[in-house]
Amino acid sequence: MASRGTITMKNMTTLGKVLSRRNFSTSKALGAKQLTVRDALNSAIDEEMERDERVFVMGEEVAQYDGAYKVTRGLWKKYGDKRVIDTPITEMGFTGIATGAAMAGLRPICEFMTFNFAMQAIDQIINSAAKTFYMSAGRVNVPIVFRGPNGAAAGVAAQHSQCYGAWYAHCPGLKVISPYTSEDHKGLLKAAIRDPDPVVFLENELLYGVAYPMSDEALGTDYLLPIGKAKVERPGKHVTIVAHSKAVETSLEAAKTLAGKGIEAEVINLRSLRPLDFETIIKSVVKTNHLISVEQGWPSCGIGAEILARLMESEVFYHLDQPAVRITGADIPMPYTKSLEAAALPRPEDVVEAVKKILKVK
Amino acid sequence: MSILNKMFALKQFCRNKGYSTVLKRCLTLNVDTAFDNKVYRLHQIETGPSITSELEKAEALKLFKQMDMVRRTENALAGLYREKKIRGFCHLVVGQEAVCVGINSIMRPQDTIITSYRCHGWAVLRCESISGVIAELLGFQSGAARGKGGSMHIYGPQFFGGNGIVGAHVPLGVGIGLKHKYTNDGAVSVVLYGDGAANQGQVFEAFNIAKLLMLPVLFIVENNYYGLGTASHRSSANPEYYRTCSFLPGIRCSGMDILTVRESTRYGFKHILDGKGPIIVEMMTYRYFGHSMSDPGTSYRDRDEISSVRERKDAIQHMKNMLVESKLATPEEIKAIETENKKLVTAETEKAFKDKETPVEELTADCYKSFPFPMRVPKMHTWIPHKNIGKYGSVSK
Ligand SMILES: Cc1ncc(C[n+]2csc(CCOP(=O)(O)OP(=O)(O)O)c2C)c(N)n1
Ligand SMILES: [Mg+2]
Repeated sequence: MASRGTITMKNMTTLGKVLSRRNFSTSKALGAKQLTVRDALNSAIDEEMERDERVFVMGEEVAQYDGAYKVTRGLWKKYGDKRVIDTPITEMGFTGIATGAAMAGLRPICEFMTFNFAMQAIDQIINSAAKTFYMSAGRVNVPIVFRGPNGAAAGVAAQHSQCYGAWYAHCPGLKVISPYTSEDHKGLLKAAIRDPDPVVFLENELLYGVAYPMSDEALGTDYLLPIGKAKVERPGKHVTIVAHSKAVETSLEAAKTLAGKGIEAEVINLRSLRPLDFETIIKSVVKTNHLISVEQGWPSCGIGAEILARLMESEVFYHLDQPAVRITGADIPMPYTKSLEAAALPRPEDVVEAVKKILKVK
Repeated sequence: MSILNKMFALKQFCRNKGYSTVLKRCLTLNVDTAFDNKVYRLHQIETGPSITSELEKAEALKLFKQMDMVRRTENALAGLYREKKIRGFCHLVVGQEAVCVGINSIMRPQDTIITSYRCHGWAVLRCESISGVIAELLGFQSGAARGKGGSMHIYGPQFFGGNGIVGAHVPLGVGIGLKHKYTNDGAVSVVLYGDGAANQGQVFEAFNIAKLLMLPVLFIVENNYYGLGTASHRSSANPEYYRTCSFLPGIRCSGMDILTVRESTRYGFKHILDGKGPIIVEMMTYRYFGHSMSDPGTSYRDRDEISSVRERKDAIQHMKNMLVESKLATPEEIKAIETENKKLVTAETEKAFKDKETPVEELTADCYKSFPFPMRVPKMHTWIPHKNIGKYGSVSK
């Protein structure tokens, strides 16, 4: 498990270089420092632990092993047993314990080795963490962050490759974040830790080792990003592509290919799935008159389904020149073998093809 | 007579008799220093499993062959992983071979098994072919699960697989036990889980229901001292898993001596079939590799610990010693088996490599037994009809 982190890191160094080079040319922060998503998360946690005594980390292998994916590296050495707590493999129990501690006023960061294992504890996340503020009519808040890798990793098959974005975004009482770049991860995790409500923070294992530019501001200890605000990752005028997490990368790659064909795609990085920044989507669609959503999760009742439904319900519907389209993961559990795994996830060419179809270009 | 003396006397007896057709042995080997001179630790039972064990030559050689085969297959898989032919997780069972082979040797055709993701040993023992196991990890169409499951999800006759969710298969195993009782098929459901898994709440829920309904379930804790990087004494307030349940009897034995594994399993079966209800057997064992292939496995335990178990407690070496000491087999006979296995693994690997990755046409196959609509894939507005390809219902009898 942890070990996979190591391989990923190795594979990612090369990919990281490719990606950062691309970002380099499109980013405003020319010459900015590069930071991996893993290090961005680590510094977010470290800074918030430094800032607030009440913040602590709890989860499997987070302390002595430095985190299964090394996100908490060095924190146990720095903060000790009291604030970085290794738990047994008992998700239901430690999630409930972390939630109780939050109710009582601490600020737990509850790490899941991956979100697949949070399914063991989903009752505590929803029935205890998400609903208590409402059930107590605002008397008991639950300031907790549930975080860990979400979605498909590589070659780990059905039980270890699933996107929970739509699952948690479905639930009132939760805030749900699905970041993409290092700045996203740092600014939003810090905001999540300081947030008075329960936040589900969905990372992606395949992004941990990827380096993205960090602005000077983002390197500072007071860098916060607003929860519920999307980011236009690439401006364009012909079509709006809305995505979250790793699918933003897919969309940006597609946008690059499309640019070579004279099509300017606007790529929106949602950052937050609940609250969902529909304003930014509206603004874009009014300009482009076309929308495609891209996600790695399943199609039924997914994030794309939600966005398309909201479009249907709004006046912006009349701005669409063509029906909006969802590009999603295949409607099946994730297969192990590479040939099928690749076919089960949206690829840049799927997005390119869809854009060309709705824009009716060859 | 102290137990130690008694065992010594029995040992002498075995030696003096110079058996050459039957391996009869007093059981002494343990990985756990806390055992002192006891072969078994017992919880809520008076008399434990037999402290002597007998094996006929043919059976002894068969068990040796199986253990050696499991290890060779695992080593072949380790090589393929290093060559990047195997992706994702690859949890090897090297070091723990006596556990699966020993338990398997006591099971009858009607009995069932379910285990964790560390399932290659059972796959080698239970699947239709070893090439099918290797092909599964290669992600090939001829794999035991057509390349869809990979390392953690392999199934075979009466073998309900590995499971990727720690602890989740324990209630599943109790459910399989419910089926045995429900249909009165006389079978026992063997449920294996790790020391890490032993802490999961649902394991205790499963104990409770298994006992309430008096289901034919043999719980076996494969205690290899670590759950990923966490030593059992750091994960469990009571790391003696054979006595974690106040209403289930338990036994702790060595998992490095196939004879103690067999005697404990035999005892468990008898206990259950005598109508005394479920029981827990804890087998002390050790994994030589890291948790999964990419975990070096040395940040939470030192190399000396690994090499000392390898040198002093290795289950396969121990079996070889027993075979030779008891004059049941000559070193040449043992060598011949090893050579034969080596050839077989090479041949099975070659056979697996004749195949190729599962083709994209199988992407949506076997998601259901039947489904009325085609299934959506990432390509815009594309749906693929659902179909069945695999061997439907070929696990449960
Ligand atoms: C519910 C759940 N939580 C966490 C994990 C990650 N994980 C996989 S194996 C493992 C260690 C399990 O240890 P143990 O039960 O002792 O089995 P062993 O690996 O030693 O065979 C962990 C933490 C998981 N797969 N499922
Ligand atoms: Mg273990």
